[in-house]
Amino acid sequence: MSPRDERPGEVMRSLKPLTPARVALGRSGVSQSTSDVLSFGLAHAQARDAVHAALDLPALRDALGRAGRDAIEVASAAADRAAYLARPDWGRRLDPASRNRLNGAACDLLIVLGDGLSATAVQRHAPALLAALLPRVSHLAPGPLVIATQARVALADEIGECLGAKFALMLIGERPGLSSPDSLGAYLTARPRRGRNDAERNCVSNIHGAGLGYEQAAAQIAALIEAGLAAGVTGVALNAKALNPT
Amino acid sequence: MNRVARVGIRGHRFDDLCVLLAKASPARSGDGLAGIAAASAEERMAARYALADVPLSAFLDEPLIAPETDEVTRLILDRFDRAAFAPVSALTVGGFRDWLLSDAVDAAALAGLSPGLMPEMVAAVSKLMRNQDLVLAARKRRVETRFRNTLGGSGVLAVRLQPNHPTDDARGIAVSILDGLLLGCGDACIGINPASDEPALLERLWRLLDELIARFGIPTQSCVLTHVTRQIAAIEAGLPLDLVFQSIGGTEALNRSFGIDLAMLREAHDAARSLRRGTLGEHVMYFETGQGSALSADAHHGVDQQTLEARAYAVAREFEPLLVNTVVGFIGPEYLYDGKQILRAALEDHFCGKLLGLPMGVDVCYTNHAEADQDDMDTTLTMLGAAGVNYVMGVPGADDVMLNYQSTSFHDALYLRRTLGLRCAPEFEGWLRDQHIVDEAGVPIEDARVEALADLRDFVERART
Repeated sequence: MSPRDERPGEVMRSLKPLTPARVALGRSGVSQSTSDVLSFGLAHAQARDAVHAALDLPALRDALGRAGRDAIEVASAAADRAAYLARPDWGRRLDPASRNRLNGAACDLLIVLGDGLSATAVQRHAPALLAALLPRVSHLAPGPLVIATQARVALADEIGECLGAKFALMLIGERPGLSSPDSLGAYLTARPRRGRNDAERNCVSNIHGAGLGYEQAAAQIAALIEAGLAAGVTGVALNAKALNPT
Repeated sequence: MNRVARVGIRGHRFDDLCVLLAKASPARSGDGLAGIAAASAEERMAARYALADVPLSAFLDEPLIAPETDEVTRLILDRFDRAAFAPVSALTVGGFRDWLLSDAVDAAALAGLSPGLMPEMVAAVSKLMRNQDLVLAARKRRVETRFRNTLGGSGVLAVRLQPNHPTDDARGIAVSILDGLLLGCGDACIGINPASDEPALLERLWRLLDELIARFGIPTQSCVLTHVTRQIAAIEAGLPLDLVFQSIGGTEALNRSFGIDLAMLREAHDAARSLRRGTLGEHVMYFETGQGSALSADAHHGVDQQTLEARAYAVAREFEPLLVNTVVGFIGPEYLYDGKQILRAALEDHFCGKLLGLPMGVDVCYTNHAEADQDDMDTTLTMLGAAGVNYVMGVPGADDVMLNYQSTSFHDALYLRRTLGLRCAPEFEGWLRDQHIVDEAGVPIEDARVEALADLRDFVERART
């Protein structure tokens, strides 16, 4: 068939590999075909499930225990998922009972695992990421490992303040997209305390199966920590070069 | 001024207009987050009773945000046209609702009124209106704008083709553009949200869109949605920009958080007009807004998010835009919790923008942590079509793979056009027919022999970033 005889459907199907976008969908009249409607519905269902999934705490403790780490569990002031989604300010504060449990010696690096908007991401990726990361930061005095539920990124500020941490690292589930329901983000904050803002953090994001791998992510996080230690700050004040260790 | 309503078993007192407007607002999570929402359903209705009795002129006398501290308030007061306001100057907010819905008030009456309306008046009356009122009143107000085609005409539903790609790959973007064109979309504009703001990459995107539109003679316009300072610099460097884009808000502090002020927008407007690239008209600006942005930037002054959104339209209309787009569900459930709140906000924003004289489009959209799905978007889209929305977004399969949210698809636009008997912008439809992409009814032909298909394919395959 010569190019002149090609029809839109054929051309679009042949160009489809050039983008992850949902191009070249089948038509039923002016509507999308059944298979495309189902495929979209499945991706959305997986993203929704990830948003509403609760952390399986026993399983996560088990996985961490195998890596030789015990964990303290805390909760934010958001009582449930609905409150968490509607009130980000509650997700940034500890509930009083959790706050009373947090007393400990000062530490260099406090690591918090927070469910965020995808408990699935934490469940799937946090243990393996920790296994890759901990050997790289073994020279630092570790704080207790903290598992936080209904947590926003800034919850690590209050936890770090309670525990006298020099740095807080929050590993947290990112807002699920249709193509990535289980993406993990890592946020590093120097001298964590309540009232820190997002410009005072550095982030390594998109850690998941089809995204950034564990070793690569761990190397980037460790490099950020080293740069933060040297500079005494994190966030926009910290040179972006730290993101690309060579 | 204190305002009181006798409702239920006790009187309700509202300290000032700001409190009254917030408590009269239909429930939404953002006002709860700000701590300004009504504490009970009864208090909300009491506030509406009290609001209905407020004279429209009260908004002139009691600015919600002091003009001394906010240039948007100053702009609103400076531009207020007392003569245009005259037909409604004696009305209360409640009386204004009745006036808007009355059969005596037609398109011409509403067009004449626009310069005499403050955003706060329009926001106030919207709080007393049901969803169907917002549809009926907005439907009377057509706002036509022109660059290379005519948008906003009666019976026209245009589409912004949004061909985003996670790494700004030129071929990936071009594939999505071709997909949209072959489905009859792209008349509002072809507008890319770049993932990067690196100048060399932006230049390649502007040149890509310019080459496409020029080579194939497409009666539409392009836009790369980056910061206005980058666009001014690009114009100074001689790059071929059609529309200049910027996100704007309803307070000076919010605009500062976007890195802009009114003077910068004036500079951008002048720069875009100096290029004289529009063939049919000189509407060169494209603005995006959305409820909740002021609260999220801690720039809300205790004013409810819907009223602040309406104030953003006062900023927009200063610059005679081709397109204004409220990105209604993008911000997340802490501001608009679910499909019901997103629908309500979409209809309010469209109504308020139209009454103020703006060419309103709506990004009918949601994120995965909002309580919403495609069915909610279908409802919102259909209601907006009935209300006469100028344009909606067209994203391949409704899935924006760069911004990670769900908007409306090319197919959604076709659904709305077919259901409500709407068409493309006339000049654009003429091009689609010449290319044999659409039939006489304006519907894309499934098995079309498209005139320039081989050349379009070649354009996609040769695109480079």
